[in-house]
Amino acid sequence: MKITTITAAVLFTAGAALAGEVGPKDVVYAEGAIEASLSGAPGDAAAGAKTMTTRSLGNCIACHEVTALKDSPFHGEVGPSLDGTGSRWTEAELRGIVVNAKMTFEGTVMPAFYKVDGFNRAGDGYTGKAAPENFPPVLTAQQVEDVVAFLVTLKD
Amino acid sequence: MTKLKSIRAFAVLAVAGGVAFGGAAQADENAELIVNGEIKLVTKTAAPDHLKDAVDTIYSGWLFRETGTQAMQMDDFVNPGMLDAEAGIELYNAVDGTEGKSCASCHGDIAEGMKGLRAVYPKWNEAAGEVRTMEMQVNDCRETRMGAEPYKYISREMGQIVSAVSLQSRGEPVNVAIDGPVAATWAQGKELYYTRTGILDLSCASCHEENYGNMIRADHLSQGQINGFPVYRLNNAKINQVHDRFKGCVRDTRAETYNPGSSEFIALELYVASRGNGLSVEGVSLRN
Ligand code: HEC
Ligand code: HEC
Repeated sequence: MKITTITAAVLFTAGAALAGEVGPKDVVYAEGAIEASLSGAPGDAAAGAKTMTTRSLGNCIACHEVTALKDSPFHGEVGPSLDGTGSRWTEAELRGIVVNAKMTFEGTVMPAFYKVDGFNRAGDGYTGKAAPENFPPVLTAQQVEDVVAFLVTLKD
Repeated sequence: MTKLKSIRAFAVLAVAGGVAFGGAAQADENAELIVNGEIKLVTKTAAPDHLKDAVDTIYSGWLFRETGTQAMQMDDFVNPGMLDAEAGIELYNAVDGTEGKSCASCHGDIAEGMKGLRAVYPKWNEAAGEVRTMEMQVNDCRETRMGAEPYKYISREMGQIVSAVSLQSRGEPVNVAIDGPVAATWAQGKELYYTRTGILDLSCASCHEENYGNMIRADHLSQGQINGFPVYRLNNAKINQVHDRFKGCVRDTRAETYNPGSSEFIALELYVASRGNGLSVEGVSLRN
């Protein structure tokens, strides 16, 4: 039984919380930081870089400049440059920032990427229509882990 | 407008190479908007009193566009929106509906009858007891005075007639009333402006008050002013009305949008218009 659960968690990357992973409503913060992997598995930094530059996923470079991702065009200036962020923050802190940056930076414009409740007029992606019930977070648990794995490599 | 952060980030990106910003966006802060070599428009001025807590200076969206786009708006022969304004003048003069009337039958020549109106809309209509946008007023005249079918709120005809009417106020300072009978609607619009929406949880202020002057991906964020509306957008090659733009911006927060013509967007339009009090009406402006 246990083995099946873990296999399932590894196999499926999309959809609502899977057994074996921490669902968006069950995340526990310690001063904004989140200690353990949300998916139960380690992240893949290369996949994280892709998530960060993909418009429909993290789209992080819409707001942040990242020298290591300069092959992707159009980096924004709404947030600070992420160069050296892996030296400024621990892995747990970075996970907390990606999951819900408001727990670290009060009132920030940075969106929460692993959160499913408390929104005003939640929409269905970029359609302008209402979100379906039980809509998924912007990123899956594993995608968050991948992004965090990439961020920790951004050392000064 | 120039924030140190923007300049630094921009310089870094430019050095890093491979980034096609055109470089213009940040450079034309002092550009002057003079149309056809003679009509000088105010694109930068002191913020109206009600906005002084938030920003000192208000800027037209024109200032944030690249040099090439800016130039297109400086020449009516090059600005494609002028063709829609011309089509709008034809609509204004065309008889339609059961009463055998055109707009001109009641209001006379558009240059006289519609002069200065864009600058004061949205505005209180005493008889109806409501705040009206230009689009609402156009449809009210069509229905009650001409016996004609209303246009769809967002439509080619509506965009064209509003373009034609707006052009008759080009150069006049936006001067929307915010007190008296409109006070409650204005307050509702202000509330909406600062309310975050969608799964990305952003308000108008997140982008247009806290971050104007900054790049968000490939877009140079302006103050989201509507003194230039309606605008011809090169992106979708047509006239874009105010509520069209609002809808797009709300959608981009991954939200369920409000509808064009809804009470929410009417209130928001009144409030956003008032943030531009003092900027020139640009008639049909041009954006990417
Ligand atoms: C809409 C804008 C926006 C988006 C999109 C965005 N961020 Fe941010 N981010 C910010 C802002 C603004 C801050 C600064 C925090 C503050 O003071 O508000 C920030 C801060 C951070 C920090 C801390 C930076 C440091 O070293 O001090 C990290 C790490 C970070 N973001 C990562 C990400 C990642 C990863 C993504 C995508 C999954 C992302 N951000 C998407 C706006 C954004
Ligand atoms: C996620 C960021 C974001 C949010 C939130 C946002 N906008 Fe925008 N808006 C943009 C971008 C990008 C543009 C195009 C560049 C520009 O003119 O700023 C734009 C353009 C506009 C324009 C056109 C300005 C011109 O001169 O052509 C208006 C008006 C506007 N926004 C109003 C609003 C209002 C009202 C809201 C809230 C309901 C809002 N925006 C929310 C990003 C945003």
